[in-house]
Amino acid sequence: MGKTANTSVRDLLFGDLWDYAPAPESRDHLTIHERYGHFIDGKFVEGEDHFPSINPATEEQLFEVASADEATVDLAVKAARKAYDKVWGKMPGSERAKYLYRIARMIQEKARALAVAESLDGGKPIKESRDVDIPLAAAHFFYYAGWADKLEYALPGASPSPIGVAGQIIPWNFPLLMAAWKIAPALAAGNTIVIKPAETTPLTAMMLAEIIQEADLPPGVVNIVNGAGQTGAAIVNHPDIDKIAFTGSTDVGKIIQRALAGSRKKLTLELGGKGANIIFDDASLDQAVEGIINGIFFNQGHVCCAGSRLLVQENIADELMHKLRHRVSTLIVGDPLDKNTDVGAINSREQLLRIQELVAAGKDEGAQIFQPSSPLPEKGFFFKPTVFTEVTPSHRIAREEIFGPVLSVLTFRTPEEAIEKANNTPYGLACGVWTDKGSRLFRVANALKCGIVWGNTYNRFDPTSPFGGYKESGFGREGGLHGLLPYLEVR
Amino acid sequence: MAKSTPTRLRVLKTFKLYIGGAFPRTESGRFLQEHNPKGQLVANFCRASRKDLRNSVVAARKAQPGWAGRTPFNRAQILYRMAEVLESRRESFESALAERAGIKSADAQAEVDAAIDRLVWYAGWADKFVQIMGTTNPVASPHFNITSPEPTGVVTAFAPRSAPLLGLITAIAPVIVSGNALVLVVENEHPSIAIDLAEVFHCSDLPGGVVNILTGLREELVPHAAKHMDIDAIATFDATDEERRLIALEAAESVKRVHNFESPAKHDWAQASAQSPYNILPFVEFKTAWHPIESGAAMGAKY
Amino acid sequence: MTHAFVVPRVPSVDAVAVEERAAKFRTRSIKKDAKIKGLKLVASMIDLTTLEGMDTPGKVQMLCQKAISPGSGCPQVAAICVYPTLVPVAKAALKGTSIKVASVATYFPSGQASLKERTDEVRRAVEAGADEIDMVISRGDFLAGHYAKIDEEIRATREACGPAHLKVILETGELQTYDNVRLASQIAIDAGAHFIKTSTGKVSPGATMPVTLVMLEAIRDHFINTGKMVGMKPAGGIRDSKLAMHYLAMVKETLGDAWLSPDWFRFGASSLLNDVLMQLEKQSTGRYHSDRYLSLS
Repeated sequence: MGKTANTSVRDLLFGDLWDYAPAPESRDHLTIHERYGHFIDGKFVEGEDHFPSINPATEEQLFEVASADEATVDLAVKAARKAYDKVWGKMPGSERAKYLYRIARMIQEKARALAVAESLDGGKPIKESRDVDIPLAAAHFFYYAGWADKLEYALPGASPSPIGVAGQIIPWNFPLLMAAWKIAPALAAGNTIVIKPAETTPLTAMMLAEIIQEADLPPGVVNIVNGAGQTGAAIVNHPDIDKIAFTGSTDVGKIIQRALAGSRKKLTLELGGKGANIIFDDASLDQAVEGIINGIFFNQGHVCCAGSRLLVQENIADELMHKLRHRVSTLIVGDPLDKNTDVGAINSREQLLRIQELVAAGKDEGAQIFQPSSPLPEKGFFFKPTVFTEVTPSHRIAREEIFGPVLSVLTFRTPEEAIEKANNTPYGLACGVWTDKGSRLFRVANALKCGIVWGNTYNRFDPTSPFGGYKESGFGREGGLHGLLPYLEVR
Repeated sequence: MAKSTPTRLRVLKTFKLYIGGAFPRTESGRFLQEHNPKGQLVANFCRASRKDLRNSVVAARKAQPGWAGRTPFNRAQILYRMAEVLESRRESFESALAERAGIKSADAQAEVDAAIDRLVWYAGWADKFVQIMGTTNPVASPHFNITSPEPTGVVTAFAPRSAPLLGLITAIAPVIVSGNALVLVVENEHPSIAIDLAEVFHCSDLPGGVVNILTGLREELVPHAAKHMDIDAIATFDATDEERRLIALEAAESVKRVHNFESPAKHDWAQASAQSPYNILPFVEFKTAWHPIESGAAMGAKY
Repeated sequence: MTHAFVVPRVPSVDAVAVEERAAKFRTRSIKKDAKIKGLKLVASMIDLTTLEGMDTPGKVQMLCQKAISPGSGCPQVAAICVYPTLVPVAKAALKGTSIKVASVATYFPSGQASLKERTDEVRRAVEAGADEIDMVISRGDFLAGHYAKIDEEIRATREACGPAHLKVILETGELQTYDNVRLASQIAIDAGAHFIKTSTGKVSPGATMPVTLVMLEAIRDHFINTGKMVGMKPAGGIRDSKLAMHYLAMVKETLGDAWLSPDWFRFGASSLLNDVLMQLEKQSTGRYHSDRYLSLS
């Protein structure tokens, strides 16, 4: 047996003695068209004003996608209205349910192609699109399918009815999953929809349109229009839409809330966050490290509920940081299609620039930066997993949502201080609490002003579990029984 | 003023505001006048200013955590206590409704009945709405997962323009039952009744600041409430399109929750349809909590 | 031996999260060159084991031959692991090779004997030529909270080992909780174990990835705190090479490159070697293999 290592070296060596060879997922079984238009009234329609969609890992163009103007949005809304009045609104819930089950099944059947598409178009690691995004999207349809004919049991004493035509705008961080979060409950409740995928990630939504067509969903029940902010504005401002559901940045959410002023449209908003992940000194530390990693590096940190503020009890901060630095050093950053990639590509150049700007601000304001030494791919939009220590609550990196793989570490001394710091933000989406002490966990969970509290875990999602924020993180819930409420008239 | 006996001069009440468990005059020193249907002056009352609103929000913010921290059982008892005290003063409210608002005696009695009963009804929800609106979520992973409603925080409500007593109860009870603190802005024909009601609350064990009542002009206070960054939610009754527009426009700055109620038709105020646990819903936030459940299976355990 | 034992303070372990983490290593995709290199590394880390009541010199000799010439371009295993009575047979068969002889002593697998009887057995095994001793701890004493006795028996066994290296079997399948595994690991490390080992192979479950991960974390923290390295040996139930390579991935990502060596990591296994050989054949010929072409072991 070997000699004992030099006692002065206490750092582990994560080197290349045995590297995993490249293990790229094949993209052979995925067909990408050269151009995508829109999906309106059950048909794929040509669009105008095409713009390129880029693979963020290679900066190569994948396809072109159209941009819907007001007239195109109007066509989609008309189709949705007609489908609501003539077909979907009148259809027995049990029949609606079966369409949703069909869609769920077809997503499962095409799971592999969808996962590859998601990683190509958005840059997320294939293991996440394969193990999280796509299965959860299917599960959402499956879950809400079952509600379609049971709505009267969802709300005791109320007789719920659908709202009508819903306009839905979704972000680029979980393209298909966000589409499922929006479409499944809306349809289960009896509404028809016009949905706009994010302009950088429309691919899986268009593949979902193919599934919807194959599933024989009545034309006009789901209409998908592509485009950027202007298309979104056309949806928000369309007079014949009854409800807007938006997931995205708090800034845009506020614009939408203002835009609806004076209208009678209903609104739900799922916006940004600056989640605190709180580690008490009695926590299971090695598992807490995993929770920290999962909290901030899952999906490159492009997660509204990311645990982007780490609050560590001061007496364990050194020990925990040591473990965390080791763990960050083992993350494999690179080709999103490689099955071993832990952190993929940043979704767009624009987002990369925003991350770089905030990281520069963190350095300027005096926080200490840690990044692993392994190099990044030469092409594509990548950013190293980054941990900032010596961050104070007034630093920009402690207050602003970075939406990237950047963790800001703060310390606290007492539970009281932890709660105070965690709540010291206009956001209120998610927090994590790590402690072995049950009564403390409940105390802190109760005191946190946020919609999701992960106790001794982080970034878990499930179709049965409501998701949404307090304060400037938005209002309304998606998922679970509560996810039906925004799509029902309750009276 | 309304009739006084020739032999003894009646003592009149000064109708002040109700802020933080105290009855201050408006800091602005301004007043408005309330008349009975015959056109006779029945009261001078305060025309609350934006600073009164600001002070009320401060009082509400201060009171809210403690109120939310009460056990639901305790909040239920306090709402019930409010009903008890209102019942004990019912004649006073009946005569106020009749004399000041010109409501027929039978209707006044019915409104007081309904107001008391509605308080009792909402009192009962304090420790039940969580059970109706909360869920245990059977997630497909080894985690325990529950969702339960929590109060949104500080709510400003613009009271109904009709039903001078029952309308207030209908606006107040569903907001505070969950643990919110409320700033109620009253602009109706007979706001003095709101201040009478404040006196009921004041001796009902309701902590100061949980309900704050401002009489005044909506037109003046709506913009300030909508812009206030420390108000979490706004409720309106009978809002005009312009009020709705203005509130939504400004509420966006802090992503306030806004809920607009329509008052029922005059004779429907007392109906069961005018009360609902779903009226609690716009002023709660749903918190979902996760925790792992160890299975032991990997270690060979059967349980 | 005067030694004041204090129960070590160890972090608690969250079962769900550790199982989740361990499961993630199973998604590591190990292809092409990495696979060939990984397979060879696995083979070189095997303690090729036979621990049956029906073991005979013939069986042990057969095993030793397999260890010496595994074929298919496969490196030799790290050690042969047998009962103490068969140590001389193994020692003779492996003469002139660098393959070690390991022996399970201390009244394996139950450990139900007096400490003297157990250490006497260790001494006999070492005298007979064992290079490495795999001892069992007294799980009964551990579960009863008599941690000082565990400390004492390991120290005594280490002393009895003399020049031989000591692997301490925790029998994690009987400890039942990850917290117990973590504590037992630390006690064993503190008492002088060269290796800590999951299982005897006689209790189900044997080695699992989450249990091994907890033990690796104990080793890692000990290194960070003291600079001293301790080895790890999962044993029992690791039969296929893909699983073994996922164990290696776990070692690589938990302890780093320094532990990717038979000096610091071993697999206690009887049938793993043949699966490695089949996979190596597949890599070189492109054909899926059949065990009818492989010698028994």
